[in-house]
Amino acid sequence: MTSIESQIAIRAMGLRKSYGKQVVLDGIDLEVAEGTVFALLGPNGAGKTTMIRILSTLIAADGGEVQIAGHDIAREPNAVRAIIGVTGQFSAVDGLFSGEENLQLMADLRHLSKRAGRQRVDQLLQRFDLVDAAKKPVATYSGGMRRRLDLAMTLVGDPRVIFLDEPTAGLDPRSRRGMWQTIQELVVGGVTILLTTQYLEEADRLADRIGVLDRGVLVAQGTPAELKRLAPGGHIQLSFIDAGELERAARAFDGASRDDESLSLQIPSDGGIRSLRALLDKLEADSIDVGALALLTPDLDDVFLSLTGDPDNQKVAVQ
Amino acid sequence: MTTYPLVLADSATMLRRNLRRMRRYPSLTFFIAGIPVVFLLLFVYVFGGTLGAGLGEVSGGRAEYLAYVVPGILLITVAGAAQGTAISVAMDMTEGIIARFRTMDIARVSVLTGHVVGSVIQTMLAIVIVMVVAVLIGFRSTTGPIEWIAATGLLVLTALAISWLSVALGMAAKSVETASNLPMFLVLLPFLSSGFVQTDSMPDGLSWFAEHQPFTPLIETVRGLLLGTAIGNSGLVAVGWCIGISVVGYLWARRLYDRNPAS
Repeated sequence: MTSIESQIAIRAMGLRKSYGKQVVLDGIDLEVAEGTVFALLGPNGAGKTTMIRILSTLIAADGGEVQIAGHDIAREPNAVRAIIGVTGQFSAVDGLFSGEENLQLMADLRHLSKRAGRQRVDQLLQRFDLVDAAKKPVATYSGGMRRRLDLAMTLVGDPRVIFLDEPTAGLDPRSRRGMWQTIQELVVGGVTILLTTQYLEEADRLADRIGVLDRGVLVAQGTPAELKRLAPGGHIQLSFIDAGELERAARAFDGASRDDESLSLQIPSDGGIRSLRALLDKLEADSIDVGALALLTPDLDDVFLSLTGDPDNQKVAVQ
Repeated sequence: MTTYPLVLADSATMLRRNLRRMRRYPSLTFFIAGIPVVFLLLFVYVFGGTLGAGLGEVSGGRAEYLAYVVPGILLITVAGAAQGTAISVAMDMTEGIIARFRTMDIARVSVLTGHVVGSVIQTMLAIVIVMVVAVLIGFRSTTGPIEWIAATGLLVLTALAISWLSVALGMAAKSVETASNLPMFLVLLPFLSSGFVQTDSMPDGLSWFAEHQPFTPLIETVRGLLLGTAIGNSGLVAVGWCIGISVVGYLWARRLYDRNPAS
């Protein structure tokens, strides 16, 4: 830990967890640098929530080590708890309390002075647009409001490391954007965030690094750009109405892969205007009749599907 | 890292949380007081005439039975509160906020002590309600303030013991339904004691059980403190039971709380 840039906020080594014979986490290694966002991406049942539960000291791992800001979670759980904040998938608010009372409860438990607590509560109510609903019981809140309150409660203690388990699951598009903005603001303030998500767009947009978790194994890890390079390349897809046209097009374009069943042809392309024009000119010149044309660029979806779809997947290293 | 003042501060915060929850859901407190009041009226006005005659005293009747049964009703109030405590603990444990507490740097036991102290306060409120009804229908204590304070002290101690036990029961229960059923035996126990009839009127085996279970010494002590009857060694035995049950309940509850929530 020489400079701020090189500080590791979260370090997990060989993390394992099983429930009975069911192996949920099978040797996870990851490092998250301070002040960055790490997204744990994976389908349902991949082990994302178990990972968050272990890192946030809620449950113990069967094997492996975890350090949060240099504190070992098994040996110094309270030192870890003092600097982390967790917002889980299931809302962790008291339904019988108002939003304000929930926040005040957190301020009391963080041992803030009466005055400091009051200020923090008011500030968070404003920041999360909950002033109007502050005195209403949480049971009357919408899903988006509950999630905002949940995160506000996590922030009462000014955590340096925040775990967010599917922070936008079940939110409408507007609430989701609001949550993204909040996360980005937190990172600007120097907070380290580890979040889980099933949404590739979310990981792409928020994360500095992404780990793809599948069946308890990190099958890939890297920046969004690095992961996209793992995907099959971009291409232009042509669909035809009859097999004869497909036959002619296949002969015209070398290196294209044809699919006789769907009467389509996939031509590798960088997706640029120049190559698209060249392709259209060639179709024109040969007077090939095309039913439809689609331009496909690789996105994280392709990475995700290619990494998690095949049961015999090999571990892919990206560095 | 857990220091003594931190435990106190966090427990006080958790107590405030539980008292506020009780205020938001007051029907539970009335339920806890309502059942013993119904028992009191039932036993005095329906069974009281006959049961009073069986007390073996010269002028046994309804008024004498009222005096005899009040200590038993007070203990049944404490035992009945266990159900409410177990239910609210079980409900609380299903809420996400408990998971949040577990990931915060707070005295872990405070979640439990908040429930226990809240439950003791709730029980004593119910005791006051039951006592007011008893006085209204003619119950009169024959002793003085020192004995009343001692009786209150013993009831608080009993409430503490039952609360620790029911917090553990509430956590041991896998569901809220189970949590409401588990403490039922506590409500039955006072019936198998000297609370409603004298133990020597019971068959041999039952009479032996009645004399050796915790509620008989508790009831005999409260009776002695309110009506001046002989206490003998019941007082010591009663306090012993309370301390024993508190310690067992506390250790069991802590163990259950420290256990991995998902396993």
